[in-house]
Amino acid sequence: MTDSAVEAQIDEWRSYVRGHREVSSADGDELEDHLRARIDELTGAGLAPDEAFLVAVKRVGRLDELTREFAREHSDRLWKQLVLSGPPDSGAARDRSMDVMLIWAFAAAVAVKVPALLGLSLDHDAAFYGLNGGLFALVPLVGYLATVRRPGRSTLVRVAALFAVGAIVVNAYPLTDDGATTLLVGLHLPIALWIAVGLAYSGDDWLSGPRWMDFIRFTGEWVVYMALLALGGGVLSGLTLGAFDAAGADATEFVTAWLIPCGFVGAVVVAAWLVEAKKSVIENMAPVLGMVFTPLFVVTLAGLVVAIVANGIDVDRDALILFDLVLVVVLGLIVYGVSAREPADPPGFFDRLQLGLVAATLVVDVLVLVALGRRLSDFGFSPNRTAALGENLVLLGNLAWSAWLLAGFVRGRSRFALLNSWQTRYICVYAGWAWVVVLLFPLVFGFDSTPRVFG
Amino acid sequence: MHITKDLVAASTTPLVLGILSDGESYGYAILKQVSDLSGGRLEWTDGLLYPLLHRLERLGHVESVWRTPDGGRRRKYYKLTTQGRAELAEQHRQWSTVVDALRNVWSDNFSVGPLRPTLGPTWEPSS
Repeated sequence: MTDSAVEAQIDEWRSYVRGHREVSSADGDELEDHLRARIDELTGAGLAPDEAFLVAVKRVGRLDELTREFAREHSDRLWKQLVLSGPPDSGAARDRSMDVMLIWAFAAAVAVKVPALLGLSLDHDAAFYGLNGGLFALVPLVGYLATVRRPGRSTLVRVAALFAVGAIVVNAYPLTDDGATTLLVGLHLPIALWIAVGLAYSGDDWLSGPRWMDFIRFTGEWVVYMALLALGGGVLSGLTLGAFDAAGADATEFVTAWLIPCGFVGAVVVAAWLVEAKKSVIENMAPVLGMVFTPLFVVTLAGLVVAIVANGIDVDRDALILFDLVLVVVLGLIVYGVSAREPADPPGFFDRLQLGLVAATLVVDVLVLVALGRRLSDFGFSPNRTAALGENLVLLGNLAWSAWLLAGFVRGRSRFALLNSWQTRYICVYAGWAWVVVLLFPLVFGFDSTPRVFG
Repeated sequence: MHITKDLVAASTTPLVLGILSDGESYGYAILKQVSDLSGGRLEWTDGLLYPLLHRLERLGHVESVWRTPDGGRRRKYYKLTTQGRAELAEQHRQWSTVVDALRNVWSDNFSVGPLRPTLGPTWEPSS
């Protein structure tokens, strides 16, 4: 038999072969078996084990030629596949995370139907579901993350405390069904709770900047997977409705009361699992989308600046919301550009493009805010207007400082890492503002201020 | 003796199928047998046998199973399927035709001389 030095060489050879994606683990076993058989034969013929190893490796053939043949036969392996089986070395851990995911997704689907047992239906108690929707969706997500990532007790206490505060506010405040503050609280609670998800995600390193940058990446991918799952869910719902209709049965009740709510809260957990399962398997999508759309948004916004300067702008309250969305999108482009960039690289074309994007956005937003300021002073501050204005200022603050940092970096006066840490630290500002809306707006504006629906 | 790449490539499939028609076997043993059958004159690059076996498996000519013989290593065995047997018969028929034709050509040519540079204008391929 072979001695230990040759064993080590065989191991090294095997891991080198396995480094090629075209060669699966089973193929690696097969080739290793072949190599050992050849070595046994050669040592039996009188060669020293290390000589036998060299000859056997030589006879297996040049590795690039071999992997090319494997690639020709198994071209599917060049496409990275979903990890349901995964590489066997990490198989045990991965299977467990999948089980945990399935359990939490199922628990989420059950939990969202529990209020129905108490007589609360989606149709008649929309406000209850609207306010608690964030809790139904995010509690199982946090449960999943906590089970998989096992944060310490103090982290769990912090996360639980945030969720408890959220739950108490939405259910103890006397929010009326169609009050303006009700809708604002319902919209902002998930954002406020997302910070708690971040705490569960970053675990005990919750003060570390890089962990929060990971959480930003997680969030981007999660949104992408949620969008894909939502598309799939839409197809499933549509086909279910159509097919049952054709069969003479009405599936509307099933789809609206079961499939969509249960599917949605389940998808929240499934998407989180997909992000973790696929994160080292495929390139992150959010930065890719950012790369593709940054130049297009630069052109659009530059055109918009020209149009506003030429025609003036006639804004109403909805414009504020629209421009909040513009800022969110631009900020997303910046953040995901930052998240995927190697901080040590020198400034390049893409950085200048991003600077152009931020600059154009700032110009547009300032023009819009000035126009709005005149109108706002006439109409006073309703909850909706205040929330939209607050969001605008929060986003504007981030973008203005980002522009400053980017400009410094492009001119070689500051480091890119500053932008990176600025974006991670700014997460507290978003969370802070969301909590202000959730906790203080109902107190400041009353629980039932303007009885009209947002928008 | 060196055998050209094309010829090796063309003959691997019938050789592997033929060897497997004796019963199931594994990669290393197949290579040993090829070497024995050709008196050591037909040498393949060992590794390239495996993609070929995988291709035959995908085509349905062979099927594979992992076995662990007593006190041995885990090893992948291949065996011929019914379809593989039919393929072997077909390959056998084709190769026999080629080999017969070559044999006739050579017995003609070598009876005249070792080399005949041109075939002449009246030569026509037999259909």
